Amino acid sequence: MKRLLLAGAGACVAAAAAAPAQAAPHAVPDTLAQRVAACTVCHGKEGRATAEGYFPRIAGKPAGYLYNQLVNFREGRRTYPPMVNLVDFMSDAYLHEIAAYFSALDLPYAPPQTRLEPGEAAGRGEALVLRGDAARGIPACAACHGAALTGVAPATPGLVGLPRDYLNGQLGAWKNRQRRAAAPDCMAQIAAKLTPDDISAATHWLSAQVVPADAHPAAAGSTGPSPLACGSVPQ
Amino acid sequence: MVKRWLIGIVAVLLLLLAAGFWLNLRDEDPLSETAAFQPSAEQVQRGQYLARAGSCASCHTARGGAAYAGGLGIQTPFGAVYTSNLTPDDGTGLGRWSPDHFWRALHNGRSRDGRLLYPAFPYPNYTRITREDSDAIYAYLRSLPPVAQANREHGLSFPFNTQLALGAWRALFFTPKRNAVEPSRSAEWNRGAYLVEGLGHCNACHSARNVFGATTSGLDLSGGLIPIQNWYAPSLSAPDEAGLAAWSIEDITALLSTGRSPHAAVMGPMAEVVYRSTQYLTPADAQAMAGFLKALPPTPATPVKKDNRAASWVLALGEKIYGQHCTQCHGDAGQGAPGAYPALAGNRAVTMALPANTIRIVMNGGFLPATAGNPRPFGMPPFAYLLTNAEVAAVTTYVRQSWGNHADAVAEVDVVRYR
Repeated sequence: MKRLLLAGAGACVAAAAAAPAQAAPHAVPDTLAQRVAACTVCHGKEGRATAEGYFPRIAGKPAGYLYNQLVNFREGRRTYPPMVNLVDFMSDAYLHEIAAYFSALDLPYAPPQTRLEPGEAAGRGEALVLRGDAARGIPACAACHGAALTGVAPATPGLVGLPRDYLNGQLGAWKNRQRRAAAPDCMAQIAAKLTPDDISAATHWLSAQVVPADAHPAAAGSTGPSPLACGSVPQ
Repeated sequence: MVKRWLIGIVAVLLLLLAAGFWLNLRDEDPLSETAAFQPSAEQVQRGQYLARAGSCASCHTARGGAAYAGGLGIQTPFGAVYTSNLTPDDGTGLGRWSPDHFWRALHNGRSRDGRLLYPAFPYPNYTRITREDSDAIYAYLRSLPPVAQANREHGLSFPFNTQLALGAWRALFFTPKRNAVEPSRSAEWNRGAYLVEGLGHCNACHSARNVFGATTSGLDLSGGLIPIQNWYAPSLSAPDEAGLAAWSIEDITALLSTGRSPHAAVMGPMAEVVYRSTQYLTPADAQAMAGFLKALPPTPATPVKKDNRAASWVLALGEKIYGQHCTQCHGDAGQGAPGAYPALAGNRAVTMALPANTIRIVMNGGFLPATAGNPRPFGMPPFAYLLTNAEVAAVTTYVRQSWGNHADAVAEVDVVRYR
């Protein structure tokens, strides 16, 4: 019997050496987190982004916003090829589930990427973000994205805690019609009025803000009436 | 003397032209312009099913556009062909088409106004569709809401943008074909052949095209690189590619219906085929296709080079990258995680002679299609932004030469070509 056991063990080792494909079975958790692990290569561990880089944080963003973006990539209103490729053959139901998953993640934020130098043209960015420019018909970012700029449920994203390059990229894409949203596309109307200097000032100020302790999106309806009609946000 | 020569040349040209005309207008039925057509509800429903089996909407719907309103650009080596509006709009769609016009488009590849159609519209396959099925698809398309969307002019270069060139192409490569039943085979096999060769137009991707962009026979499924897209549609008859002789009918059916099976899963263009078409097949039709494909006569495997082992530094780099980015899902020995991530050891998608698909999957990642049978698929991240071309070459080489895999190495230039 002992000899048989030894022979068996020897055979196992030999088999393992010849074809390690017969290695121990590998298993992964049968969870949504595991299913969407593909997202975290760019969007950071648990979707909380990284301290530097371009890719935006997705953890904790309003679920309606995340869902709209996934659909926008699938339907050609956003064109970033890697995202389009990933959502091409996804059902609405699965995209809802994925959006709800990342939205529900309640994770700490990294410190801001940029700093405002004393005396810098901070005034202009801050003014645009918080008060807008009534003379040019530009509403304040805060009018829709919440007074704390952490977004508003169900579908308006926060603007703080994002890389400056990403913010610049999005506003530029909106100006060039490379990024669109469901009609009426309120952000396209606003971006059309922004000059490159406006965009630079606003994104510099936004990316330098420390995310408030309560980073959750504000409750639906808490911002009052929207200055523009937005197809992405239920009115 | 010169005159006689000239007469001879003109006579030959006229004969060629006449032959071209005759070849282009073969097997055309008498045509009625009127659209007196009273479809039944069953016919419309049947038409929807057949339109899905034929993947019509995949091409005749632009990204984010109205269903069947056309406008999608099919990129070919000869330029872009824009799909047409199939909704029943009078001005821009099929509103003024009769069932006879529609049948002539499917069976003979000619439009309502008589123009020859480009074979990006797979009428070399659809020519096999029966008149009954053509009428059902027509009935379904007539039931759609009309969308006023003008067709976009093709972006083909000269001389491919001329009807003369297209006529010559058709004279050489297109023969209208009635659906022929092979009496020595079962009804199920014949149904499978009809779906694979006709509606499913599988060989539009799964066979090589000649320099004129023509496929050979509808039953040649020996694999082909899809032009422009750079995905390789593997051979469905070769044992080292996606030949199905060794699979059970259940497993082939599962792949067509859900996008995955115990042996393989679909990504890239085939994910779209499953998502928009084959997942909707009835079990009987999916099984008929499976049976037909399983019974394809086997074709020989592509030989691998002798002594194809990559340099040790390449394999070492590949192993390091594999450990960093791949082990977590595919396992430290490429064994995969059942039900979630495919094994890479012994995986034919990995070891096929042409590494195009492996490179594209590593670069672009992707999810399996979210089908009714696999509604919450697992995903693979895109590594194009994380790895250099040389690193992708190393890791794909490592995967192709480990755990019993003996495929040829992948060079950096392959990555540049197929990414």
